[in-house]
Formats: sequence, structure tokens, C-alpha cells
Amino acid sequence: MSGTHASEYAIEMLHITKRFPGIIANDDVTLQLRHGEIHALLGENGAGKSTLMSVLFGLYQAEEGTIKKDGKEVKINNPNDANALGIGMVHQHFKLVECFTVLDNIIMGVEPVGALGFLQKKQAREKVLELSRKYGLQVDPDAKIEDITVGMQQRTEILKMLYRDNEILIFDEPTAVLTPQEIEELMQIMRNLAAEGKSILFISHKLAEIMAVADRCSVLRKGKYIGTVETKDTTMEELSAMMVGRNVNFHVEKKPAVPGDVVLEVSHMTVASKVHNNNAVKDVSFKVRRGEIVCIAGIDGNGQSELVYGITGLEPLVSGSILMDGKDITKSSIRKRSVSGMSHIPEDRHKHGLVLDYSLEYNMILQTYFESRFTKKIGFLRRKNIREYSDKLIEQYDVRSGQGSLTTARSMSGGNQQKAIIAREIDKDPEVLVAVQPTRGLDVGAIEYIHKQLVAQRDAGKAVLLISLELDEVMDVPDRILVMYEGEIVGELDPKQTTQEELGLYMAGAKRDEVKDA
Amino acid sequence: MRKVLKNEAVQAFIASVICILLGILIGYIVLLFINPAGAGESIVNVIKNFFTWSRPASQMKQLGNTLAKTMPLILCSLSILFSYKVGLFNIGTAGQYVAGACASLYAALAWGWGWLPCVLFAVFAGAFLGTITGLLKAYCNVNEVISGIMLNWISLYLTNTLLTNVKETASPYTLYLDKTNPKALLPTLGLDTLFNKNANVTIAVPITILAAFAVWIILSKTKLGYELKATGNNKNAAKYAGMAQNRNIIMTLAISGALAGLAAALLYLTGYMRWECTQSSVPSMGFNGIAAAFLGGLHPLGAIFSSFFIQHITDGGQYVNTNFYSSQISDVISSVIIYLCGFVLFIKLTMKKILANKEEKKGAK
Repeated sequence: MSGTHASEYAIEMLHITKRFPGIIANDDVTLQLRHGEIHALLGENGAGKSTLMSVLFGLYQAEEGTIKKDGKEVKINNPNDANALGIGMVHQHFKLVECFTVLDNIIMGVEPVGALGFLQKKQAREKVLELSRKYGLQVDPDAKIEDITVGMQQRTEILKMLYRDNEILIFDEPTAVLTPQEIEELMQIMRNLAAEGKSILFISHKLAEIMAVADRCSVLRKGKYIGTVETKDTTMEELSAMMVGRNVNFHVEKKPAVPGDVVLEVSHMTVASKVHNNNAVKDVSFKVRRGEIVCIAGIDGNGQSELVYGITGLEPLVSGSILMDGKDITKSSIRKRSVSGMSHIPEDRHKHGLVLDYSLEYNMILQTYFESRFTKKIGFLRRKNIREYSDKLIEQYDVRSGQGSLTTARSMSGGNQQKAIIAREIDKDPEVLVAVQPTRGLDVGAIEYIHKQLVAQRDAGKAVLLISLELDEVMDVPDRILVMYEGEIVGELDPKQTTQEELGLYMAGAKRDEVKDA
Repeated sequence: MRKVLKNEAVQAFIASVICILLGILIGYIVLLFINPAGAGESIVNVIKNFFTWSRPASQMKQLGNTLAKTMPLILCSLSILFSYKVGLFNIGTAGQYVAGACASLYAALAWGWGWLPCVLFAVFAGAFLGTITGLLKAYCNVNEVISGIMLNWISLYLTNTLLTNVKETASPYTLYLDKTNPKALLPTLGLDTLFNKNANVTIAVPITILAAFAVWIILSKTKLGYELKATGNNKNAAKYAGMAQNRNIIMTLAISGALAGLAAALLYLTGYMRWECTQSSVPSMGFNGIAAAFLGGLHPLGAIFSSFFIQHITDGGQYVNTNFYSSQISDVISSVIIYLCGFVLFIKLTMKKILANKEEKKGAK
């Protein structure tokens, strides 16, 4: 493989150490990327993956260690240096101009300009079409970014790198936003790229994807380099043990469910879409009983968010009704629903779940601050009670933060922010717990913890409604699965009986049953 | 040392002081450009304000006048910062202030009301105008800055029209309060004797200080403050937590307007100033409140000191030597300083960046 190259490795990061105040983000980390290989970089949140990539991309300078390209030592002081060395990156959150076309986004910054300062888009377009054919990257160069799917946006980002003739491609958690089908396509694209001699760094904490696509995998844990393995010689269990430092239980341990009375009953619910001129949820009916976890599965954007908005009261219903404990709450306010026993772990913890500039203790009482234990009759807050309550939750749910109750929510890690929300919502002792993607973006340890909490709530006789996009979670956690496709429930499945393949068919709309009243 | 510098309050204080010094420096440079001969003396006079007078008795009297105008400025900056904490920029403070002036003067001169009902009426008028902005924002999603600016003009010309009924025939000014209806004058509570019988120093002083404390307590220690600040920081989370968003927006702007209305009543009911019924610009008091709020680090108690400083500089402007400069220069100098006061947040951010960089370098070693 290295025949035409000066060195076996396209990029080497040798003994990199990067310190921040109070923390060593990278401690003597070595990463060697071969020509034409797909190399996965695995680690939990906070393991130092992003820091390492920022060093490679010139956003940070390492205190110790060297970077070599093709065996020659190089200095990368800023992203421009990285670009000049042929290093390109697809960020987790795309850097695209929404109202520009695909082509405009690709050439942005390196526009071909004629003698009089006019854009010469024709040759740019040809180059883009040529690249897109060569690597199987389906895009419409004239479509606007805001009109195309997330998968196509990502392909635009990849084309951006290829257009700049980058040889080393970094993918930062590229599958987080994709549907299972799009993930499959992306993996094929990555294989094509590697086959054409591009070297790929693939940052992820999803083991199955790493096993499927990567040639080798380097693991970081708490800033330290743990090792590099050939994926064909290893197993998922081994990788996860390297990542977490102990053996992780992938399967959620739970007793059979003992469903009781119906607590939440949704009938013929229709909710309007905010972005499109139609209904996002169409005539949906289902029930959730005491002591069971019901999961709404489906590909992102099939009406799950709006379904939750309708149930929790964030958006009004177009038609239909919702009963909780037999009482009609269709028109009740959010506060009324919350007080009468509904807890909501929201999809977006930064948008809805937390006031990021508030302290942790103020966030802990976000749903209960008006109760007499926290507020005196004349409107003053009971600061002492709030502190005690917050300290109790922090202890009980093991929420870790720099200054305990006084920590600003913004400065906490994603996992601990989520734990704080879960503590708050569960401690309300709800009748119905609506948990929307509660493990999104979290590492294996935190996911395991949250799943345990959900099962514990079920066993305590609560009704749990889980909304999830992760296939593993959908298969493992719930007692019943309802699949949503284009705003309708198209299947009811028993997780013990079904397979991921069957689930995938329902999610993609290839298969559907009449589900009248689930 | 570094720990002290990282403290928010210390940072706000240092940033404010830097702004003041920068403002004075640039003001001085402007004077130098126009006429170098009198620049040094004039800038010193601006800073000295009432100390320019040689007799202590005169100094006290002038200080009293500065205080009389400081009180409405404090209330205007409270009005701005209260809504700012809730994520609303109430540029309409200026117009709500005008509404307060209109209500208090009209009630005092046309209807012969006593001072207390006049004050309450002004508070109500300011709150009413604020409520309009709030309703538009809450139910029609009209940006509060746009509706605020428009309502400022509506309020100004409505006031001019109404107060024409109670103006002197020979001048554009409203009737003298002490001659027409002395019982509408604010009681001095004996404060005038402290300031060489300056009757402009009145009950306004304790009322204003109390208002500042009240705003501080509401924002930091009550359920209402908790809700309002949550709405300001993240309105989606506030909605998610079941807070009544629309009610909070309307209430915030109503309270903000009430403070502005109170500000006007506490100035015009001293009799120190009269309304000019032909004026074609919104009084600057409401806008200066913005600078005072930021210079005070957006803290209700900080507003007391920043407002005094700004009023002090503004009044000091009249002591610029008119042999060297035209009399409008005083406005130029005080506006330069006030303008620079708006840079507090910028300087605070810069300070934070420098500190963070230093720490990273230190971590590197």
C-alpha cells in the first residue's frame, strides 16, 4: 500500500500532550493513520477525541509531541495550515449556508474567478459532478441546502473536502444525524473513498459502525491512549471494555412487564407541523399502561417530536383527545399536565430542558419552584430548602459538577446535564414519564444508567413512553414498540419477537399494518 | 489576585471604571482638537461639576439640582435593566417616561390633584404604555424595539397636544406648578435644608432608592424574579416548565413602564423643569437610562451610582469655558462619555478573554 508513498503513514500524531487548566485533555496520545485506511477513533464523551482532532486541525497547539505528514514533521498552527496539508473535516454540525445551493456551498472560499472578477461556475460544476460520479455521492448541485435531506447535506460536506483535493478526511460523529439507510450509504461512500486512496479518520462511539466500516480502531479513555486494534481481530465487547475500562452490559436487565390500568390514552390525535403546510401527526391513537414501557420508534422527522409536543402541551392539537388517569387533559396547560402527574424528559436538553445560565439548583426546581416547599406565600424563594433539595438530588442521582448546586448548568458535561434533568423529572414522582431520546449523544456508561432508571420507573408502576431513534435502544428497553412513519403508527411490535430487519422495514415505510388502537 | 479578577462583580466594576476613563480621555481629545487652549480647564470643570463653585453653600445647592435629575435617571435605568433581564429591550422607556410626564402634569395643572395621586397616575400611564408594547409582543409577535420606538413618537406628540391646554399663553412651556397648584409639588421632607434650601431635593430621593432595592429583591429573591429571568434566558425552557410566557412578557413591560412613568413624575412634580409643548424630540432621559443601566453592570444597585455619575457629567458640561467653545460643546462631551459607557459589556468580555488566555498559557507551562 505504501509503495508510492514516502512513509507507511499519511498522518502521524506522536506522543501528543495537551493540557488545559486543571485537566490533561490528551496525555501522551499517539495516532497513526495509514494511507487509504479507515481508522476509527473511539472514546466516551470527554475522552479527548475532539481535543486531539482540534490539535490536528490547528485549532489548538499541543505542548508536547509531534505531527508528521508522509513521514515529515509539520507544524499546524491554524486551520489554513491543515487545509494546505490536505486535511479536511466534516463537523458534527454542518457548516453550510442554508439559503445557498449545493454548488455554491462547495466552492465557497475557493471560488473560481475569471479575469473580470466574475464567477466561473461552469468548470466548478463539472468538477463537482465528476467527483460525485467517481465516489457515488448523489447530490443535486442546484438544490438549496434548506430543501435537501440531512444525508445529502452531509454528502455536500464530503464533496467540499474532495473539491479541495483533501487527502485526509476527518468525520466527526457523522452518523448521529442519519437514518439507518443513510448510515448504510455513508459507509459505502467511506469505503469508496478509502479504495481511491483517501485516508479517513472516523470519530465515533457507536461500536457497531466501527466494526462494520473501520480497518483499525484507536481507543482513548480519559485523555489517555489505550491502544490500537485491527477491527477484524476484535469484538464489540472488547472495544467497549477498552473504551469504558470495564465490561458493559449491553442488554438491559429487566423482569417481564406487569401492565396495569391505562394511564395515558391518546385517541385520534392530529398535530400540525411547524415547518410544513400539513399535519405532522395524523389521527394517532394508542394507550400506555401502568408498569410498561412503550417505545415510539421511527426515523427522525416522522412526527415523533410533534407527537410529544401534543401530549405534553407544547403545541395545541388540531383534533383528537388525550386522557390521563381517565381525565381529559386535551386542553390543559403545560403546568396543569405537569402538576397532575406528567414528567417530560425533552428531546433537546439545551432548548427545553435547562436554563443554561441558571445554577444547577435553580434547574433542579424548574418544574416545582412554585410549590410551597420552595416558595413562601408572599412570593419569596426558600433558598435553604432549594439548596437542600438540590444537594439531595445531586447525591442520589450522582450528578457530577464542579461546584455542586452552584454550578452553572452551561459548564456541565452533556451526560451530567441529562442526569440532572432525569433526576428532576423522576423525582416529581410522575404517573406518566415521557422520555424523548433520553440517551442522545451520551456515552455507554451514562446510557446504561439511564436505561436502568427507565426500567426502575416501570417497575415502580409508572407508565413510560419512550421515543427513540436508536435501534439498539428500541430493541432493548421497551415492552412494546409502536413504529411511526409519516405521522402515522404503522406497526405494533413485540421486541422479544421481532428483529432489527423487520423493524427497519416498518420504519422505512416498506411494511405496514392497520393499527387502530394500540 | 486572579481569583479576585474572576469575580463577576469586580469585573463589572473595573469595566465601568475603564469606560469612564476612556470617555473622559476621548472627550478631552475632542476639546483639544477644537481649541487646545481651554481643553484642560474645561474637562476638569466637567468632572468637577458643582465643585466648580467656590462657596460650599452654592456647591450644595448645585449638588441638589444634580440629585433632582439623578433620581429619574436611576428609575429609567431600572426600567431598562428590569426588562433586559427578561430578555426584552425596552427602548420604549423614553416614551413611557413622556407618558408619565404628561399624566402627572396634566393631573396637577388641569385637575388640581395632590402630589400623590399625580404620581400614581403617572405610574399608571407609564405602565399602560408598557402594556401596549407587551400585548403586541405577546400576541402579535411584534418586536418590542419597533413598537417601542413608534410608541415613543405617538406618546411625545400626544403629550405636546394635551399639555398645550395647560401651557402659558406667551411661551411654549407649561404653567408654573408652584403658582398654579402648590399642593402637587413633591414634599421635601426637610431634605431641602441639607442642600441650602434647594426645594428640588424631595421625597423623590428615598422613593427612588427604595425602588432600586425593590427591583433588586424582586429579581434575585422571589418566585417572580425566578420566572422572569428564566424566560429571559431561555424562553423555550420557560414554556416547557409551564410558565405563563405571555403574562410574564406583558407584566415585565408594564412594570418597566411603571418605573419610567414614576421617573417622570418625580422630576416634573419638583417644579424644577417644565414641559416644552413644542419639543420635537423625545427627552433623552429614557435613552440615557440605557447607558446608566449598562454602566451600572445591569445591577439595580449599580444603577444608583452609574446614574449619578452620568447626571454629574451632563450637568458638568455647562461649566465648559464658553470663551473657547460654543455652548453646545457640553452636550458633545457628555454624550461622548455616555456613549463610551455603553462599552461595559464589551470590555468585560475582553477582560474575560485575556484572563482565559493567560490561564491557558499557564496550563501550557
